[in-house]
Amino acid sequence: MPKDQGLVSWKELAPGMFILEPGNSVKFKTGDWRTYRPVLDKEKCIKCGMCYAICPDLCYKKDEGGYYIVNLYYCKGCGLCAKHCPKGAITMVLEED
Amino acid sequence: MGKVIAKEVSIAIAEAVAQCKVDVISAYPITPQTHIVEHLAELVNNGELDAEYIPVESEHAAMSACIGASATGVRTFTSTSSQGLLLMYENLFIASAFRLPVVMVIANRSISAPISIWNDHSDVMTMRDSGWIQTFAENGQEAVDLVYHAYRVAEKALFPVALNIDGFTLSHVIEPIELLDQELVDKYVPPLRMKYKLDPKKPISMGAIGVPEIYTEAKKAQDKALKASYRIIMNAWKEFEKLTGRRYQPIESYKMEDAEVTLIIMGSLAGTAMDAVDLLRKKGKKVGLIRIRLWRPFPLKDFLRAIGKVRAIGVVDRAVSHGSTGGPVGIEVRSALYQSNKRPKVVNFVAGLSGRDVTVEDFVELFEKTYEAISKKPRFSYEIYGVKE
Repeated sequence: MPKDQGLVSWKELAPGMFILEPGNSVKFKTGDWRTYRPVLDKEKCIKCGMCYAICPDLCYKKDEGGYYIVNLYYCKGCGLCAKHCPKGAITMVLEED
Repeated sequence: MGKVIAKEVSIAIAEAVAQCKVDVISAYPITPQTHIVEHLAELVNNGELDAEYIPVESEHAAMSACIGASATGVRTFTSTSSQGLLLMYENLFIASAFRLPVVMVIANRSISAPISIWNDHSDVMTMRDSGWIQTFAENGQEAVDLVYHAYRVAEKALFPVALNIDGFTLSHVIEPIELLDQELVDKYVPPLRMKYKLDPKKPISMGAIGVPEIYTEAKKAQDKALKASYRIIMNAWKEFEKLTGRRYQPIESYKMEDAEVTLIIMGSLAGTAMDAVDLLRKKGKKVGLIRIRLWRPFPLKDFLRAIGKVRAIGVVDRAVSHGSTGGPVGIEVRSALYQSNKRPKVVNFVAGLSGRDVTVEDFVELFEKTYEAISKKPRFSYEIYGVKE
């Protein structure tokens, strides 16, 4: 039924469809239409942070070991990190595999 | 009450806007709107009006500036005509969907091509579905009164209001006009307090994406709110009557009590049409006139009440809806009647394009053509009247 596609009742929307709760875009999953996902080879990684700097969605975060790890909740699979990694440590892998 | 003074209507409109203590004015000059914003610029420059006047590079920017300013919770004004309105186009829909109380006066002018600076309603009819509250004034006093009304309504209903005045035939004429006493204006248009606005202390997001799961709900909410603004519009007119004694209604009727044939019109041509009504009444013809003052939201119930028991209606459109079954007003009228028990004959004329005179004699002829529709089936979906063959 089409009505089941609605996220929220029209009566509950603020005027102008304004969002009254600031900063809620962190909840928005942008990583659900990815085709390829980046996979890191820690053997090759030199922890330079190029992937962290280049990622347009700010998906990379440093872990305790100093490696930069992608957050797949947001990663759209653009492949920029893999393209710019100076050591070729990141490979884009088809999601189905 | 204020003093009645002979004034150019554009100047009077500018003064009424100033009386409403507008905070931000952003406009780009275009004939025949120019005198309105020129005078406002003068008032700001002379220190008579404490407002920000933003001279922009285009109408697209003018509407953008008004939207941005209005989103911060201040009172805004702009004015335009014809191509200028078209250049604002994409932003018109944003102002209404954001529920921002921007007030705009449109000095109605034809659209190019052929290029024309003269009056008809082809500019505003392009924004028919934009979600703005839209009113049409007949004369200078009404134009000024509708400025006050526009601010009162816009800020209570949270919708932008477009007030239409016929270019030149209304904007550039000098009429006896009474501006309200400032005290009354302050009472009628109190300081603006917007609940939701861009405020760093209380951040909100405007313009979020409308994914398929939310867009339909957003549009339903907007549409319901625009229809609900009718009550606010009516209350504002009632309040205005209490303050000034001047009564305004969504639909204006002239000699409709026993009318069997009526014309329907919007804007300043109504005066001429009323003369034609008087002339025909003297000859014993039961004719009347309906003028639509509130175009959006369309006052359906008032309209059906106003037409009474007429047998034929002639709708006089001031714009062509190319390839359609009628002019914009004609289509609206036919649609309004279809679900009604009242089903008078409807004929539709397009007249007065680009400042072409529509005289009393012309209106008499339009009445006669409408009379013919009672006895025989109208031949045409609409007729472009007064064309040289």
